[in-house]
Amino acid sequence: MEIFGALITLIGSIFLLLGGLGILRMPDVYNRMQTGTKATTLGSILFLAGISVGHLECGCFGKIIIIILFVIFTNPISSNTLARAAHYAGVKLTERSVKDDLKEDNLENKGEKK
Amino acid sequence: MADLIYNIAAIIALIGMMLSFVRLIIGHTIADRAVALDGMTIISISLIVFIAYYSNRIIYLDVAIVYGLISFVGIVAIARYLERGI
Amino acid sequence: MKKGFLFFISLLIVWILLAGTDWQEIIIGAIISLLLTIIFFSKATIFSEFNLNPKAIFYFLIYIIIFIWELIKSNIDVAIRVIQPTIPINPGIVKVKTKLKSRLGRIILANSITLTPGTLTVETNGEDYYIHWIDVTSGDIEGATKKIVSKFEKYLGVIFG
Repeated sequence: MEIFGALITLIGSIFLLLGGLGILRMPDVYNRMQTGTKATTLGSILFLAGISVGHLECGCFGKIIIIILFVIFTNPISSNTLARAAHYAGVKLTERSVKDDLKEDNLENKGEKK
Repeated sequence: MADLIYNIAAIIALIGMMLSFVRLIIGHTIADRAVALDGMTIISISLIVFIAYYSNRIIYLDVAIVYGLISFVGIVAIARYLERGI
Repeated sequence: MKKGFLFFISLLIVWILLAGTDWQEIIIGAIISLLLTIIFFSKATIFSEFNLNPKAIFYFLIYIIIFIWELIKSNIDVAIRVIQPTIPINPGIVKVKTKLKSRLGRIILANSITLTPGTLTVETNGEDYYIHWIDVTSGDIEGATKKIVSKFEKYLGVIFG
């Protein structure tokens, strides 16, 4: 059982490493947010679950479950607000981007007001 | 055996945190640094839980909960500052 | 009334998970949860926007399974993209529309979109969602809506009415 938990933790830590690598390598803020949110969410869930499976004798599942639920609920919200703030602050998309509907819609609204 | 695998996993997670820290240093924009900080806090929550079991102090789990709470509020505050100033 | 009881039970479960199963702790937690339910439930209308019939609960369980499967798929997708030497991306921000009316349903839909393969919600404005898509395969609103939103909307529409 301990070995099983340890292997789950190892898989989770590999996802955490990939999250860090994605934050370093991707070309602009929004792509970094994509890898940063997804890989670290599943990575930390697997890491925490593996640790608590490997130490069954302690009997403190409750707090681990609270931390996992907390990560699932808050991680997408924080990256959502950051992406929105970055777009309003004028951070540009990378040159490889195809289209930007939000920018077009904002320009149209400003045109209507004038 | 299991302890060895746990230690290796913690080291791998620490390497991921350091890669994210490199992005925090080179940055280019404030939003980049905020994203790197967000990734680092989530990895460090995992590492705090690991340390709690490693050194047999279950009270550190409460530290992880409160740290997650405060880092979420901090990231939202940074986002609000980016959007419309203080 | 039934929803207020559900609110009370979920507060009490969170308390028990945090504080353990000592009976003194449970009594204190029950008293405080009851007080919080009486004071805040009439004002927190956003938490009561879900249906409570057997069909909705069944769809909720299916929704959780689909969500976990999409989360695993999205992580493998991200991992494949990050490892390759030239990162294969084709990003852009597309606009999609949702048919959900409930506010809580819209929040959960936006968070689910963020955690599924290659998509990130940037801005929500009423029924319009602006989504950063890492690999844009269809540019118009209908195609993007069908590919991103509809797999969750079918279940959330039943759960949140």
